[in-house]
Amino acid sequence: MLITSRGRVKTLLATGALAATTALILSGCGARAGDTVETTAPAAASCIDTTGDTIKLGFLNSLTGGMAISEKTVSNVLHMAADEINADGGILGKQIEYVQEDGATDWPTFAEKTEKLLTQDCVAAIFGGWTSSSRKAVKPVVEENNGLFFYPVQYEGLEASPNIYYTGATTNQQILPAMDFLASEGVKTLFLAGSDYVFPRTANAIIKLYAAELGIEIVGEEYVPLDKDDWTTQVAKIAEAKPDFVFNTINGSSNVGFIKAYYDAGLTPETTPIISVSIAEEEAPAMGHEVTGNYASWNYFQSLDTPDNATFIDAWKAYPGSSGVTSDPMEAAYISMYLYKALVEKAGSFEVDDVNAAAAEGGVTFDAPEGTVTLDGENHHISKPGHIGKINAENQFDIVWSSDGVIEPDPYLEEYDWFPADVRDALVTSAG
Amino acid sequence: MKNLKPWLPLIGIGVLALVLLAVAPSVLSMHWINNLGKYCCWAIAAVGIGLAWGRGGMLVMGQGVFFGLGAYSMAMHLTLESAGPDSLPIFMILYDPLAPLPAFWEPFRSDLFTLLAILLLPVIVASILGYALFKSRVKGAYFAILTQALAVALAVLISSTIRETGGDTGLSDFKYFFGFVLSDDGNKLMVYLIAAALLVVCLLVVWQLGRSRFGELLIATRDAEERVRFLGYDPANIKLVAFVVAAVMASIAGAMFVPIVGIITPQEIGASASILMIAGVALGGRASLFGPALGAMAIGWGQSSLGSSWPSGWIYILGLLFILVTLFLPMGLSSLVGKVTGLVWRPRATPTATTPAPEFTAPEFTEVKK
Repeated sequence: MLITSRGRVKTLLATGALAATTALILSGCGARAGDTVETTAPAAASCIDTTGDTIKLGFLNSLTGGMAISEKTVSNVLHMAADEINADGGILGKQIEYVQEDGATDWPTFAEKTEKLLTQDCVAAIFGGWTSSSRKAVKPVVEENNGLFFYPVQYEGLEASPNIYYTGATTNQQILPAMDFLASEGVKTLFLAGSDYVFPRTANAIIKLYAAELGIEIVGEEYVPLDKDDWTTQVAKIAEAKPDFVFNTINGSSNVGFIKAYYDAGLTPETTPIISVSIAEEEAPAMGHEVTGNYASWNYFQSLDTPDNATFIDAWKAYPGSSGVTSDPMEAAYISMYLYKALVEKAGSFEVDDVNAAAAEGGVTFDAPEGTVTLDGENHHISKPGHIGKINAENQFDIVWSSDGVIEPDPYLEEYDWFPADVRDALVTSAG
Repeated sequence: MKNLKPWLPLIGIGVLALVLLAVAPSVLSMHWINNLGKYCCWAIAAVGIGLAWGRGGMLVMGQGVFFGLGAYSMAMHLTLESAGPDSLPIFMILYDPLAPLPAFWEPFRSDLFTLLAILLLPVIVASILGYALFKSRVKGAYFAILTQALAVALAVLISSTIRETGGDTGLSDFKYFFGFVLSDDGNKLMVYLIAAALLVVCLLVVWQLGRSRFGELLIATRDAEERVRFLGYDPANIKLVAFVVAAVMASIAGAMFVPIVGIITPQEIGASASILMIAGVALGGRASLFGPALGAMAIGWGQSSLGSSWPSGWIYILGLLFILVTLFLPMGLSSLVGKVTGLVWRPRATPTATTPAPEFTAPEFTEVKK
């Protein structure tokens, strides 16, 4: 008897709790799919505090995890740019106060920290990210909160967002120039080797389309996950295929394993040179094997002879925590901070909508170490020169090919009729 | 006092429910509500681990597998919902624009199928796996390593099937949750409340199981599997039930993680994610009712707040805490509470038959050993 009465108490309690919960949950319901709701939160934009004499900016870089080796440098150079701007009087007379967050090489962490920076710290803009995966994690969050995100690394293109500014190269500024260079060298066969994630996959899809146009045959395509270093079997296929060139879209430390396997297999830059899009001045000496004679496609090299480059290199060498060499992603991060300053000063405001309106008017430029860059107000990318460098014995790059002046950014490859229009349309539509 | 004691856990669950469902929404900002929702998800998985490991003695090091089943079921549904009818998810267009939607994605367009998948997929997988393992009497470290390996395998499989699953980048950018606009604050609160309510339900389930005959058998199996067998029960079946229940809880946790966090990647279900789930349970106290859930929530909180102010130091703090707890409080921080209240409350020390005392290693069994 006792047991049954207990059971009844329990059932009553459970039912009560369930009813209360359901009521609570239903009271929380908001907009449904069919409702006409403004999806951007209007409150978020006004949370930027401009009353004091400082302005908060967020830096979001992986300080731990696999990408820390690259992203710490970006974080450092952002600090340097902010210090320079502060010493020069700040932005609109306000000193930059930065909040550094760790993305921890974990994409959900990037999303969480973006949300934190925008809604808790109320930063006016966020700078950082490296992998395309991290950018793709940040994108919905900055869009939803109507924030600003400055992304400093070359990427696979086919993206545009009103809330993101891309200061690295899109495909037609790095991948396509590399292909033009290969064509000019008379390359007939090409092997594609990449890390298994969004950038190499998409880049290679574009390379295959353009190669068909240029009459270059793709003789193989291999992928290895980002965190794996063993390239032995894949490189054996390269040795067998004997391509004129290897197009390398491997990212991070996996490159070390690739380079080791490449030389172990008896491949050399004389017979089967590599052209990379992610080995720069920082990475070249860290390959565990000398890589002299191989190539890389970038928009900036330390060896570039421009008026502003010498100043940039000297400033970086003198900066605490500096690695001593400069590279393309660093320079793009440096640009992003100054570009933001130029945009805010043009807008006369830190509000996101005002900054975007200033960008849309066009004509925002910055005399960058790579040369003068101009912001495209519509797609939020910048014009860049394309260069191909050949690695020399000092792990610096001798420039062997350059584009005719700057290349205008074309993330959706609209100027290239070999890119299928239906794919472009599908991507643009689903991007909203 | 004596009559109240068995109801203390229920009162505890009630207090927790009140805090999570009524107090938290009224005092916390949306940012922290969202974070708390994420901790609730980890706590749900932890409650299941508490049942399987703390009470059943199975060190389930691969709960990421079931977390992943739930998370990816939900993520596929939300991705398709965001893409709209008849259109492909954006990442599929990127890699291979002309290929159709993979066949296994198609049923996830349905709301009902998705919900059933979240509940039944882990049942099916855990049943087959558990049956094979427990019938062949795989246990201890072998069981732990095997489950861990499965979590690694699933993460690698997802990473390497980029066109089918989104690969390392994962699935993200969800706009709708079963018709509700996810960016709306009211809906975010609703999703949080669902997760918090599910945590309460899971705690009730484990509490009820602990009181039942099954709960006694489970603990008996943990402490003396052979004796349970001699008594005429099949330990494999008892363990299987606990393993399946834990798997379902992990799957529910994964499914709620997706709309709350807004992204799921193989990293969240792999080896280190699975170990982090275990770490929370061990810290909190694996055999207690609240230990696993509170431990998991504490780790989640540590990750977002300490990880922010001291990125490289946080993981060392966690490691140190883990070592200290394992050395000095093998049954977790919650056993500390038991020890303190035990000193204060029960000077006579007369444990009643109804007291669930998992940290006791059944002294009566040792007496039989002659």
